[in-house]
Parts: sequence; C-alpha cells; structure tokens
Amino acid sequence: MLLRAALAVMLLAVPARAELPIQAVTSPGGLTAWLIEDHSIPFMALELRFEGGTNLDAPGKRGAVNLMAALLEEGTGDLDSQAFAEAREALAADFSFEAGRDTVSVSARMLTENRDVAVDLLRGAVAAPRFDDASIERVRGQVLSNIAGDEKDPDAIAGRVFARLAYGDHPYGSPSDGTADSVTGLTRDDLVAAYKASMARDRVFIAAAGDITPADLGLMIDRILGDLPATGAVQPPQVGWTLASGVTVEDFPVPQSVVLFGQSGIKRDDPDFFAAYILNEIVGGSRFGTRLMTELREKRGLTYGAYSYLVPRDLSESWQGQFSTDNATAGQAVALVRDEWAKIAADGITAEELAKTKTYLTGSYPLRFEGNGPIAGILVGMQLDRLPIDYATTRNAQIEAVTLEDIRRVAARLMKPEELHFVVVGQPQGIDTQP
Amino acid sequence: MNVLRLPLAALAFLAAAMPLRAGQVSDFMLDNGLQVVVIEDHRAPVAVQMIWYKVGSADEPQGRSGIAHFLEHLMFKGTDTLDPGEFSATVEANGGDDNAFTSYDYTAYFQRVAADRLDRMMEMEADRMRGLILSEDDVATERQVIIEERSQRTDNDPGALLTEQRRAVQYLNHPYRIPVIGWRHEMVALARQDALDFYRRFYAPNNAVLVVAGDVNPADVRRMAEAHYGPVAPTPDLAPRARPTEPPQLGERRMVMADARVAQPYVIRSYLAPERNAGDQKDAAALTYLAEILGGNGTTSVLARALQFGDAKAVYTSASYDGTSLDTTLFTLAVVPVPGVSLQDAEDAMDATLAQFLKDGIDPAAFARIKTQLKADDIYARDNVRRLAQRYGEALTTGLTLADVAAWPDDLQAVTPEDVMAVAAKVFDRRQAVTAWLVREEEGKTP
Repeated sequence: MLLRAALAVMLLAVPARAELPIQAVTSPGGLTAWLIEDHSIPFMALELRFEGGTNLDAPGKRGAVNLMAALLEEGTGDLDSQAFAEAREALAADFSFEAGRDTVSVSARMLTENRDVAVDLLRGAVAAPRFDDASIERVRGQVLSNIAGDEKDPDAIAGRVFARLAYGDHPYGSPSDGTADSVTGLTRDDLVAAYKASMARDRVFIAAAGDITPADLGLMIDRILGDLPATGAVQPPQVGWTLASGVTVEDFPVPQSVVLFGQSGIKRDDPDFFAAYILNEIVGGSRFGTRLMTELREKRGLTYGAYSYLVPRDLSESWQGQFSTDNATAGQAVALVRDEWAKIAADGITAEELAKTKTYLTGSYPLRFEGNGPIAGILVGMQLDRLPIDYATTRNAQIEAVTLEDIRRVAARLMKPEELHFVVVGQPQGIDTQP
Repeated sequence: MNVLRLPLAALAFLAAAMPLRAGQVSDFMLDNGLQVVVIEDHRAPVAVQMIWYKVGSADEPQGRSGIAHFLEHLMFKGTDTLDPGEFSATVEANGGDDNAFTSYDYTAYFQRVAADRLDRMMEMEADRMRGLILSEDDVATERQVIIEERSQRTDNDPGALLTEQRRAVQYLNHPYRIPVIGWRHEMVALARQDALDFYRRFYAPNNAVLVVAGDVNPADVRRMAEAHYGPVAPTPDLAPRARPTEPPQLGERRMVMADARVAQPYVIRSYLAPERNAGDQKDAAALTYLAEILGGNGTTSVLARALQFGDAKAVYTSASYDGTSLDTTLFTLAVVPVPGVSLQDAEDAMDATLAQFLKDGIDPAAFARIKTQLKADDIYARDNVRRLAQRYGEALTTGLTLADVAAWPDDLQAVTPEDVMAVAAKVFDRRQAVTAWLVREEEGKTP
C-alpha cells in the first residue's frame, strides 16, 4: 500500500514535495541502505553495488575482477561449490554476482520464512569466498568459452572494436572478460587481489525492497558486509574522448552488417543531463517514432531496430547507437544516420516532439517500479548516480522543466556529426571509409 | 528493447515451471465469444492489457510461412480512426508502453499504462481487432523490416540456424517444423492479401482471450470490455484448431551443420515430448522436474555433476522443457565440450550419464530441493503482474483452461520421483529424437 501511494505521487507532473516511502536506513555498524518496505508478499530483494568493477583490473590482469565475481558463488567455509548451490536451492533463494565495467553487483531475493539462513549463506559468498582451485579452473573454462564465442559474434565484435578505438589501453578499451591469454594467465593470488581491490565497504551501495523492516535490514547488511575490508583499490583516471570521425570496417562473413556508432557524451551530473536525456530519447530511444526508427525502419525498411543511448560511465561519457542492416544497404544507412545527426545538431527538434516525449517519459516512469527486484535495482542505481533520496518525486518535474531552447542549445553543444565514428562488422557495400 | 516484434519461442524455457496462484483472478465471457480474465494487483496504480489471439505460425496456410508474425507487425499500421504508427504513439502519449509477440500457437499484443488510461487502450485494441487498413506501401516497407529481423535473429547466428534446421527435421508433418519468423524465400513473397486473409479469419473476439491485470476491478473491466469489445463481430463457423499431426517417428535422425562462424561446437538433442493438456498435466509436470534434475542448474544438476566436474568433458550442459504448447513439444539436451573433447565423446558422455541416471534413479535430496523451488515460485510470481498475465494468456491459447492453470501448482507438488522416472523412460526414445552437431567449417574442407 505504501508503494501505491508513492506511485500515485509520481504520476503527477507537479513536483509536490510529497513524501516517498523510500527510507534511508543506517545500520548499527554505520552502513546506509535505501529501502521501500512492502509486506504484501513474503520475500525481499536486495541489491549491493561495489563501485569500481572491472576498471580495477590490475595491469596485465584483465579479466580478474570478472572471474573473481563469477567465483563468489563457488563455495564458502565448509561448503564447496556443489554444496553451496545445494544449500541455496534448498532455501529457494536466488543470488547473482556480476562484474560490470563500473561496479560489481550482487543481487538476491530471499523468502521471509528462511531469510536468516539465506543471509548467512550470502554472507559467506560475499565475505568469505573459497576460491578453490578446482572451481577456478572450471569457471575459467566457462569464461574462455564465452570469450571464444564473442570472437565470432558480430555484435560482440562491433563492441570490442569500437571500445578499442575509443579507449585504447584504458580498461574501457577492452572487454571486461579479458582475453584468452590474460584469463589463462590469472592465478588464485590475482583473484584474491581482485577481490580485495573491489569488494570493500567504502564503495558499497545498498538497496532493498519488500518484506523486511528497517531494523532487520540494518542487521542484515551488517551481517553480510561487516567483515569486509574498509577500503579497496583506487579507480583509474578519467579518460577523454579522442576518437575522430570515420568508418572502420571489420570484415566478417555475415549477410547483415552490425553497425555501432558513437561520439563523446555528457556526465550524469551535468546540469544539461535531462535535456540531453530527452534529446536522445527523441533521436533514438528504444521505441517507435524516434528519428532513427522513422528514417531507417518506418520510411525505408532498412533495419529491424535503430537505437541510440547515452553512456555516462564513471570514468568517461559517450553517446552511442546501434543498428543492423543488410550488407547491401549498409552504406545508405550509415549516411542516413550521419545526415540525421547533422540535421538535429543544426535545427534541433520540434515543439511537438518535445511535448510528446515529455508525456511519455513522465507517464511511463512509474511503470518501471514493477515489483521488489526492479524497485531495489532503481534505488541502488539512484545512489550510484549520487541522486538525492527524493529524486523520484522531483524527476518528472525536472523533465517538464526542459524547454525547446534547452534542447536546441544542448543539441548544438553535444551533437558532433564531425566526430561521429562508425564501426561496421560484416561485408558492407557502399561504405566510404574516408571521414 | 520495447520495439521488438518478436517470436517468443526464446521465452519457452522460462514458462515451464511456473505455478500460478497469485493475485485475485476472475473471468467472464462476452456474448461474441471473447473470454476475459482479470488479475487484480493493487500494489501500484498500473494496469496491463493483453489481447491474445489463438493463432500462431503453426496455423499458417502452406507456403506462407511468416505471415502470422508479419501480420503482427502490420497491426501497427492503422485503422479507420488511427493513422499508421498512431497506435503506439497514442500509448506513449498516455505515458505507456506497448509491444507484441508471435509464437507457434499464439499472437499477443499488450500495453502497460496508468490504470486510469485503460479505457482508451481497450478502445484502440478493439478498433484494430476488425478495422485494420493496409496500404501496399506499408506492406512493402514492413516486409523489408521482417526480413532484416530474420537476418538479425537467424541468418547472422549459426546457432539459430541450427535450431531452425533441427526443428524442421524433428517434426515430420506438424507445422512446428516451420520457423515462426518464416523461411526467407517465402517471406519475400508475402503479400498484402495474405495478411488480410489471415487477419479476417483469425482476428475475432471468438478467437481471442483478453487478460487485464493490475490495479483494476472486475466490474470496471467488464463495463469497459462490453463497451469496446462487445460490438465486435465474431468470425462465424470458425473451425476448431486442428493441425497436421505427427505420424509414428520410427527412426533416429542425425545432422551436422558446419559454419565458419562457429566459435564453440556443441551437440544438441531434442526428443518429442508430451505437452500440458486440459485435465491432464501429470506428464508435463513430471517432465518439468526431469529437466530441472538433469540440467536445470550448472552446478547441481545430473549432467553438470557428471560432465562439468573433475575430469570434465563439458564446459556447459543443459536440459530444457516447456510444456505450455498446443501440440507435441520437445525435451532438449545440450552439451558444449571442453576444448580437446570431440563432439562424439561429448555425446557419448551425455548418453552414458542418461543411462546411469535411468539406472540409479533420482537423488531424493535433489528432488526435494526442486520441489521447494517450484513452490517458492508461487510466492515470487506474485511480484510481477505482467508475467502472471503472460502465463494466463499462454495457457488459454494453448488449449488449457483456467481450471488447468489453477491446478498446475498442485500438479507440480504432487509429482513423485517415480513419476519422473516413468516419464523419463518414455521420453528418451531415440527413434523420436534428432541429434544435431554444430561444427566449425574448416577452410577448404567440405563438412
């Protein structure tokens, strides 16, 4: 019922300073978590994010954080990997551990009826993983299999080539999984070092939703995280955007070319972020009626989908987009995107586009709060973005406040058709690789 | 990705094991034959409308593969009252999102909106049930889109191509042998009239199920449904769904597909398997356990323990089964060998594991864990009303009734290890199986 009240408030475009039922919980041990309490279904979702992620791979150890995270569910204390998985299954709890570029994430859902036991198990995985040699070899094999798969996957190839061109030797320039060579060379010591570097209390963000009280949540997070080291490794430096305009073709035997394109972007805390966010939604948000979908799909049938997205990462920000089109039409489609980019940079968008997009963005915001798991994910994401705890009540008003003039100014500032670089994987025709 | 008009076959593995007992569920029938199901969830002021048509790719006329999915795309092209693209634009202008999907047995359209916008959504959905208008231009452009979709989903991916080829070999006669997206050479010839013929016959209230879920009450839904869907004319004399059925399958089939883009060779085998049937879900419930026991978890399942640990033969193993299907479905096993182990050795190891399993039976502790998890799914499922609506729609368009849906959690809890072993002995019949190898095409070498 609390949630219902919250969403009703958020549906209003007016930023009434209404209370949201997001509670900031401080644990006895001094950790902070955001919580939406809802006792209608007897389970809860927990999200932990450790800032740093695969950016913290030591030089020459690319893939260490990724392999480390994959090993967290491979046993703790008396439990080897099979015994750990059996214990989790017997509780019908779900845990997942994932290494992203900027964070290591831990997601869990646990039934109320056996939550204390489930928490003990999760604590073991997070605070005392075994890193058994047998598990390291087995999971290393799985990672190597994934890497081999990515070598032959056109989408993965496009991402890899684009990242290398844009970021070179910075961690953003290579896959988080590492390379076959780097992963093969990782030792147990490397994994323990990656664990110590990335799983520390000074960088953890916590959110929960569902059937738990603030007091119980405080005890829970102290139990899970209390034994972790206070500090970890320092993040690598920010990296700027140096990639110049052009087209890079990566020959690959597929009938349809995969096209990834991008330019520099905007930081999440930039005052113009909302204007840029709306602008991107109009250019290539993931729905019909955007400029890219209209030009490429609706008018010409050149693609199944064309999208763009802001990528405001911790250490660099870019603006990227993607589509696939038959090899024969790749040149035409690339030219259309470039033209549309230039057109919007010069002319901005229409008042009608802005009005429609605002209605969509404000109206659909409450739809995201679709159950305990998604809610916990949203709350932890807000913290990672350094947003205030009342953000959800002011967010729609911030969308509404963006004017057509703001969009025009931001389009002129941000959109750089002369900087746009395309990576085309396939056997494209009609591509002019000269910028 | 909201904009995907996708064949839902990929979701199959999700749907298998999910019980349904969440939310307050009620139903009624309009005079024109439209069945309406209402699932209440008042936690948030949000509603989802899903209209499910009892028609999918397996109902297509011969030689017109892909027409069900093509029509799904064309349904966004406009009516007397809505211009092309205006449907989705109106949903968005109401702060909602919408999409659609096609599978072998059904085609469904949905919108998620604030609950107070539901009336407008129903008005539009009812309007396009009978009022679709198609121009030749729109058809020609959209045909290019579905061909691009096929390239992206299938032709760019050797694994997807293998699945397509394997199914065509698996089913000797049933149209499940034909891909939902369609064969490319038939897709390029799909015409406006094909779409309209299909539409006029199958898109009708007496061939549809409306599922409304979220912050709604049944009386309001009934009032709106009667106002908007009530006047829509049914298709008279709609024949019962009867597809060509399988003859006895008497011989094992094997295939090898080579592709230069294969990074990781693997072996995959599917067996014909019984589906959930109205009033008879026992075998399907047992097969749901069998898939979990053999390959549901990469650490604890029978295949994982035997092949991925110690002197490991495999880097990945799986077993999958989806019982929610109108006609005979599949039970599928897959093994990805570790480098240096041949596909033959991987397959032999898989068969040795199966043979040992059939001899030893089920570890009681493993059985109990899976039973617990299936029961817990009852609780977890209540958290996502859209997924609940999905399960009702799938069930009611694949020959099941609300009573079957209600009984399914109990059917799952009633399964015994003996039931699982009995169904395993039946389903693992190589005469009804296809074993497919995906191999890397070597330079200058014919596979």
